Parts: sequence; C-alpha cells; structure tokens
Amino acid sequence: MTPVRAIVLRQLYLLRSGPTRVLSLVVWVAIDIVLWGFMTKYLNTVTAAGFDFVPVLLGAVLMWDFFTRVMFGVTMAFFEDVWSRNFLNVFGSPVSINEYLTGLVSSSIMTSAFSLLVMLVLAVALFGLSFLLYGGLVVPFLMVLFLFGIALGIVGCSFVLRFGPSAEWFVWPIPAILSPFAGVFYPISTMPVWIQWVAHLLPPVYVFEGMRAIVTGGTMSMTSLVIGGGLSVIYVFGASLVFTRVYRNAVRTGLIARYSAESVT
Amino acid sequence: MPTLAVSNLRKSYRDTLAVDDLTFSTDPGEIVGLLGPNGAGKTTTINMILGVLEPSAGRIQIDHHDLASDRREALLLTNFSAVYAPLPGNLTVEQNLKFFGMLYGVSAITNRIDTLLEEFDLRRFRRTKCGVLSSGEQTRVCLAKAMLNSPRLLLLDEPTASLDPATAREIRAKIRAVATDRQVSVLWTSHNMYEVEAVCDRVLFLSRGRILLEGNPKTLPQEHGKRTLEELFIAVAREPLSLES
Repeated sequence: MTPVRAIVLRQLYLLRSGPTRVLSLVVWVAIDIVLWGFMTKYLNTVTAAGFDFVPVLLGAVLMWDFFTRVMFGVTMAFFEDVWSRNFLNVFGSPVSINEYLTGLVSSSIMTSAFSLLVMLVLAVALFGLSFLLYGGLVVPFLMVLFLFGIALGIVGCSFVLRFGPSAEWFVWPIPAILSPFAGVFYPISTMPVWIQWVAHLLPPVYVFEGMRAIVTGGTMSMTSLVIGGGLSVIYVFGASLVFTRVYRNAVRTGLIARYSAESVT
Repeated sequence: MPTLAVSNLRKSYRDTLAVDDLTFSTDPGEIVGLLGPNGAGKTTTINMILGVLEPSAGRIQIDHHDLASDRREALLLTNFSAVYAPLPGNLTVEQNLKFFGMLYGVSAITNRIDTLLEEFDLRRFRRTKCGVLSSGEQTRVCLAKAMLNSPRLLLLDEPTASLDPATAREIRAKIRAVATDRQVSVLWTSHNMYEVEAVCDRVLFLSRGRILLEGNPKTLPQEHGKRTLEELFIAVAREPLSLES
C-alpha cells in the first residue's frame, strides 16, 4: 500500500504548499451553505408555520456538495499529474492501476472529509442544522453519495486521460448537469415520467428521497437505500473498468508517452 | 545472464513501423549506448522497456521478469531519467524523492534520500521546489530519483543534455561507478559522441527502427572506415544503406 500512501502524501504536500488548494476545498462549500442557509431562513418566514426548510433544503445542499467534493477530490488528485506532466514518471514506475486509483480515492477521502467538516460547522453553527434528525441513516446516505462521487470522479479522469488536458472542462459541470435529475431540491415525482426513469438510475435520488421522507415524518424504504447503494457499487466497478480500458488503450497507442499531444492520430 | 533481454521487439503505428524486430541484451555492469538520428526509434524502445508503450510484438525481460506478465517485479528493478520527463516543479526536491521513493517501495527512505542528496550535490536544494531549479540541477534531481530504488536496470535518455561540461563529466563518472560497483546495467541514449565513447562499453546504432551496427564505440568507427564515432553517426543518419551488411 506504499504507492497509495505516496499519492495521498503528495496531495498533502500540495495542500500545505499554499492557500489556493485549501481555499478551493472551503470557499465553494461555504458560499453554498451560507447562500442556502439564508434562503431557507427566508422561506421559513414566508411559508406555513411549522415546516422547517433547513433540514430539507440546507441538508440536501450539504449532502450534494459533499458528493461534489468527493468527485472533485478524485479528479483534482489526477489533474496534479496532468498539470505537472508527470505521467511518464508515475506510469513508468511499478505502481499498478488499482493502486493509482486507490491513491486518488484516498486523497479524495482526505479532502472531502475536510470540506464536510467545514460545511457541518457552518450549517450547524449558523443555521441550526441537526444531522440527528436523519438518525443513523446519515451514514448510509453519505456512503451512497461518496461511492457515486468516486465513480463519477474516475469517469472524469478516464475522459481527460482519453481526450487530453483540454477535456478538463468537461469534468467541472458534471454535478450541475446531474443535479436537476437527482432530486436534490424537489421530489422526482415533480418531473415528467420519462425523466423519473432516468432519475432512478442515479443513486443520489434514493438518498434525497429518503431524506425528504424522514424530515416530513414519513418512513424511508430500506429497499430503495439498498438499490441506491447497489447502483453506486456497480458504478464504481464500472468506472474502474472504464479507466483501466482507457489506460490500456493509451499505453497501446503511445498516448501516455506523448500525452501533451492530446491525440496520437 | 543478461539484466535486460529484448527479443524481436516491434512497434507499429498504423502504417508506420517505429521499431522493427529489435533484439539485444545488456549485461550486469555494462553501459550500452543506444544511438541513432532523431526518429530512429530510441525513445520508442525506452518507452516500451518502461512499460508505458505496448509493443506490437516481441518480448522484454528485466532480470528474468517478463515485462508483459510480471510488470511490477520488472519495474521494481528498473528506473529512468529523461530530459522530457522532469519531476513535478511544485514539489520540493525532498518531497519528490519521497513521493517516488514510496512509489518504488524503497525502504529506509529518509536515509536513502540523504545519501542521494549528498551523492548528487543536492543538499542545499532539499527544500527548494524543483520548478525553480536550473535545468542542470533538475537533471541531477532526476538522476537522484533514478537511483532511489538501487535499480538493476537504468534507462537514461540524454541524461547530461542540459549539464555544463564539468558537471556532465562528474555525472558520467558517477554513473560509470554505479554501473561497475553495483553491477547495474545501463541503457544510455545521447547525441554527444564524445560522451558515448567515454562512457559506453558497447553501442547499438539504430536506423529506421532497426539495429544497423553494434560494437565497441572505440573500435567501431575504424571497422567501418570512419575516423570518429561522430563521423559514423552522420553516415548512419545520411546513408544507412551503405552501412548495412
């Protein structure tokens, strides 16, 4: 596991080397929590008394941002090798693809946990969000989002490895593109039936539907949580296979050795 | 037994044949120069030995480990330094050496780093980011990284290209000593024929992906009617057919 620790250590060195990388873990999530925190407070004043928007909306924003940070945690660790043109040094070493991916995921655990902590402190201290409301289910909720974030992060890395550094832009909007279909802010029953079918393929849907069921006094179906978890696991395996395939193709075509060319054709 | 055994190695890109049926080996303690004009297939060959480029055909064995089926074991015994693969500029010299040392599973890494910093005169740059070092200093850091795992096979692609003559001579002597003392096999590419003659035990002249000539760099020019290795190199580059036996 030493190569995995090496990749995490490298990320730690980079985080320590200046404020920019640490700020990226704090600023966006802080802005989101503050923005949506005030929004929920305002909504609480203009809607029927008794309904609290904080756990519904702010809780959902926090969970969605956690998923986003997990995904970006993986891609950012990968981009460090892209930006420093380090592929030859890394892939010419004995590190295996599984170890490399595990290293990226471990880096993401470190950075996303830090972002989650920042969000929790702000949401609890400023807006009184209580995770106790979700009970012990908060753990599987976070786990499903974590796994799906890992899967999408690895897919993002595969895309950039396949199409070159300029494909980086593709990675950043992925969470924004998915959010309308993931039922973050509204039940998926709000959407047309065909979109609901698409939504059921997205693990976060089961988390956010479950969260809403709990805070509105209903019960959450354990089956749906299992489906969400199962889908996430499948996506992680699928994403790892995609990355491995893209990597092998890059080794066969010579793209790894001439990565800055973006294409060898 | 050879440290590196390459047999019938071939790499083609669609219609282009970059390496054509290459067979050679290097022994422990031997420094072999891989020479040839630009595009002859030197870097392609090195990339295949490093496992970052898949051969179209052929076999590579490093200390009996087949690279295709036993990649990890083969690469644990290998390391490289190339002008086109600098270490990340946003990490310090020490951080880079620690990162790569861990990738190569080096034990007692702190002691190993201390030794290499001393050996390559890098102690004063320990906490300096690689990106702010001069190109010669960066080359020395790359060479230190290449020695981290005490490799059995060392691939050096123009290792002294950006060094001043005095440092280049020092580095050559160091690599020569490493090869002899630790029985490291070195595959060395260079366009500096004086350097090749001074350091290599044997040279392989590549042209259009094939080995055109092979032999002792001190006697090979005379064997082919040339006065110097540089003259022979130019002949290989301009008239490879006239040298094919």
